[in-house]
Amino acid sequence: MTAEVLKVAIQRDADRVDTFDVPAYENQTVLDVVSWVQQNADPTLSYRFACRVGMCGSCAMMVNGVPRWTCRTHISKVLDGNAVTIGPLRNLPVIKDLAVDMDPFFDKWIAAEGVHHGALTRDDEIAPIDETSATRVEANAGIECINCSVCYAACDTVAGNVDYLGPAALQRAWTLLNDAKDEGRTAILDAVSGKGGCHNCHSMGSCTAYCPNDLDPMSAIAGLKRETAKNFFKRGH
Amino acid sequence: MLSLQLYMFQRLSALLMAPFVIGHLAVMIYAIQGGLSAAEILGRTQGSVLWFLFYGTFVVAVSIHGAIGLRAVAFEWGGLKGAALDGFMWLVGLGLFALGARAVWAVTFAKGAGA
Repeated sequence: MTAEVLKVAIQRDADRVDTFDVPAYENQTVLDVVSWVQQNADPTLSYRFACRVGMCGSCAMMVNGVPRWTCRTHISKVLDGNAVTIGPLRNLPVIKDLAVDMDPFFDKWIAAEGVHHGALTRDDEIAPIDETSATRVEANAGIECINCSVCYAACDTVAGNVDYLGPAALQRAWTLLNDAKDEGRTAILDAVSGKGGCHNCHSMGSCTAYCPNDLDPMSAIAGLKRETAKNFFKRGH
Repeated sequence: MLSLQLYMFQRLSALLMAPFVIGHLAVMIYAIQGGLSAAEILGRTQGSVLWFLFYGTFVVAVSIHGAIGLRAVAFEWGGLKGAALDGFMWLVGLGLFALGARAVWAVTFAKGAGA
């Protein structure tokens, strides 16, 4: 770290950016910078975080135009000289400053049938799962999503199409489709075949490129396209 | 706003177009050897059921594929919705078909000045 003071531009509104001087430290994340501003310069700054270790998925923001977990992004990696611009996540309505309304994101998660479709009761035996089966490997590939909405903010198809369910919700649908414990196959395939479904994806790959957990929603969506296409020939719709 | 049906139509028409595009390019390269003339082209296409089916099916596939593709562009970039969006798709599809079908008809059946 060579600069002693960071020039931190924070987007407060569609047409208002406030710039703050923040002392630079050797070990400092983007979230540390935002917290310093809120605690020392402007207590009215609104932002959201919880765990600070990349587990909860609540601190994602646009950092120099790129969606990132602010808690796991070292400021030195994103500085342009000694400057950085921080804004609210893209593709979601802004509540205030850096806090966005996540409702559309979670509503689409449900709309894509991202819920458990169980068939067993508490009295049944726990079904044995073969960890090496092809479907389980597919399911495991997407299971670590923590709903941070970085992929949703990165997706240009979401930006151009408000109905599109988005990468995270569709990846969860693909995960459940491959989960031997989930019985929602028909419901899931129908849910991802609607007007906001997986077929809107242009495979631009921003979801996979920006996922902080190194997940691959684009390939999951491609899987959904394949399954729905196979189903189309079987069922005729 | 692409439903499964439109997606399948677009993919299947693409599947159809792939060999047609290759065949079309191959014939173009073959046909321009030693110069190109209207008489030479018409000599190949006039009255030919094979070339009529080749380019006739090609035109149908292009009309479907292009209309659905431009529909997505009109929706995401142009903000067209609902009936206007579907109207736009049909206009493009029927327009492409009319232009293409007219050309296929002309090189197969018409007895114009070039024949």
